[in-house]
Amino acid sequence: MLGADQIAKYPFVKDAGQYLKDQGFKIEQFGIDLDLKPIVEKAFDRIKIAADGKIYKSDLVGDQVSTQAALPREIFSFLLAIVLLKLSGRNTLIKRFALAEARRAEKHLEKDLSISDNPTGNVILDDEQKSIRNMAAKIIKEISNVEISKPKETDEGNYTSGQDEWLVNVSDYLTRSIQFHEREWKLINRKVENGKVYLSSHQTVRLIRKELGAYINSKISIAKTPEMIPGLENYVNKLILLAKKFVTFTVDTGEYPPCIKHATEVLEKGENLPHSGRFMLATFLLSKGQSVQQIAPLFKNAPDYNERVTLYQLNHLAGTSGSGTQYTCPSCEKLKTQDLCFAISECDNIINPLQFGRKKK
Amino acid sequence: MQETNIQFLEDSFKKYYFNHFDQIKVPERTSEREFGYQKFNSGMTRHIVIKDDKELHLMLIQNAPSDVYCSNAYYTFPNSPMNEKDWKEADLIFDIDAKDLNLSCRESHTISICNECNEVSKNLTRCLKCNSSKLEKKSLPCKNCIDASKTEVSKLSEVLIDDLAIDRENIQVYFSGNEGFHVYVYNSQFQQIGSRERSELVDYISLRGAIPETFGMKKLKQNRASFPDFDEKGWRGRFSKQVFGSKSKRSKIITELLSNGYSSFQKMLDDVSENIGVKIDPNVTMDIHRIFRLPGSINSKSGLAKIHCDDLSKFDPYTEASFLSDDSVEVFANCPIEFRLKNKKFGPYINEKITMPTFAAVYMICKKLARIA
Repeated sequence: MLGADQIAKYPFVKDAGQYLKDQGFKIEQFGIDLDLKPIVEKAFDRIKIAADGKIYKSDLVGDQVSTQAALPREIFSFLLAIVLLKLSGRNTLIKRFALAEARRAEKHLEKDLSISDNPTGNVILDDEQKSIRNMAAKIIKEISNVEISKPKETDEGNYTSGQDEWLVNVSDYLTRSIQFHEREWKLINRKVENGKVYLSSHQTVRLIRKELGAYINSKISIAKTPEMIPGLENYVNKLILLAKKFVTFTVDTGEYPPCIKHATEVLEKGENLPHSGRFMLATFLLSKGQSVQQIAPLFKNAPDYNERVTLYQLNHLAGTSGSGTQYTCPSCEKLKTQDLCFAISECDNIINPLQFGRKKK
Repeated sequence: MQETNIQFLEDSFKKYYFNHFDQIKVPERTSEREFGYQKFNSGMTRHIVIKDDKELHLMLIQNAPSDVYCSNAYYTFPNSPMNEKDWKEADLIFDIDAKDLNLSCRESHTISICNECNEVSKNLTRCLKCNSSKLEKKSLPCKNCIDASKTEVSKLSEVLIDDLAIDRENIQVYFSGNEGFHVYVYNSQFQQIGSRERSELVDYISLRGAIPETFGMKKLKQNRASFPDFDEKGWRGRFSKQVFGSKSKRSKIITELLSNGYSSFQKMLDDVSENIGVKIDPNVTMDIHRIFRLPGSINSKSGLAKIHCDDLSKFDPYTEASFLSDDSVEVFANCPIEFRLKNKKFGPYINEKITMPTFAAVYMICKKLARIA
């Protein structure tokens, strides 16, 4: 069972609405009861701070709450924020809020996972520490289905090596780490032993960040949208106005990325471009709107050129023949593995060649 | 390829399939896999379902295929079009090919065949007769190629077992039938991972994309203690054995590395990766919809069979994977390189008509270096 302090840290895990009822409150009260107005203000702030890409700073100090009264306030404001978001119906705010709440929960998870760390040697956990740590591991399992364990745990489970290390299955690691583009997240840059990846508490939590966000997001999405609550209209209108800030436009310079330039040069010289390179070039140009007839002549210089085969393959990629699937240009990561990437500074952390030259305005 | 040559190869392959049914078995969970085959001078027939050995043997005899394939993936509907198959999982597969190992022996046994005028020569850049650059290269791999490929297989097994916790009995090694080895991993935690995850696994196994920090070298706040210990497991351990050589040299070499700086460390790391990383074909492992050469079938690039290697160190493909008959056949051969099969030496032949056993004739015809006289 989660205690109130745990619900305050992870209000999305259990039904915070039930907590509200258990405490004898109704959501409608918040629209009219002046004593509850500070909580509504707090909820609104929580959303606004999240929309700005910042993390709401709670009244929780460390693992403890500053006062006993702050606990329900903490939980109520989360709940109320969801009510306001649902009433506003603005998905961009919901996404930003879920992300910020995920970041906030991350901090707590990280702290709870590393509760026993003591690099100087083995430590013994007391029951409370053990339960806090286990709860964090359980929450991770609940939201991501990733099982994490400590290395060298003894039979009693009370001792721990003191190192800030958690073990994750390599396969669980890979399905998530491929979304990250920092080089340190490549499996080769991790300690791997016996089918497990070694991660710090921070990295463990980072690994499941997206799922944490998605979990919170889905909890909000499936929550029922209530009827407008008298007294909250003003807040809702302010949120609708706030959401208008987040519309962006992009422009495209039209310049081709270096991998595509390299591939065309190879073909122009009559040298052999491997199958993977031809796939990249063709899918790139198709995505840029060129037709099969425009692209086919590019391959004329290839040592094994065959017009019939080339047209067949291009039509297949374009989805005009075969299964009808339209193939898309491979990611930068994949091209790196295939030795087809020739990144330059202008590539600027894009993750697919198709993004090259696109700028946000 | 000319009709007479195709007829000869088809007859020889068919005879092999008929006489060696015991060697050609369907893999486990047969009905969840996609099969495919190719006939000489013709495209691929795939999306086939086969339910048992008997059906497979029938297909081989009826079609006399040049090559036979089977998916490493398991599907709910293996005979549906690709996007309707409902992919469930796939065994991990690895392809180690001598041609990817940058071996110095390669040039001495690689031949080019001009696509324009069919001239055969040892010149690998241009046709000496018509100056065309459209050349098809054929290699007759030597013992060195096979030994180097075996070394890669052993390196791969070590990473799979020690780092990735694969049980030894779940790793199966096959000679590919031409220039290398195919390695299968069954029942691992990786059965269900997708293509991008497999690509990451490839980078791990081949030690690609490593940053200096992983091996202890930092840009700022350098620290001797972060360099790997000699006895460490995983790539840090392999790195330290390669770079330090021995425990006693560790300290001295760390001092050197620190004074050379970060960017020179990255360069050194790239060299080390070239040396100790496992050289596998990334495209094969990444492909989760591939149909991969069926164990026991003949590889039409050589006429040799893809067979299981019980004892890799003793395995000799040129005696153990050649199953075709000894019956004599007359061919025109233009094969400027010598080769050995079934402990017999053949070649070099310069545009000559000779009589030789079927297995050797098939080998040369498959390599486009001979034709039926």
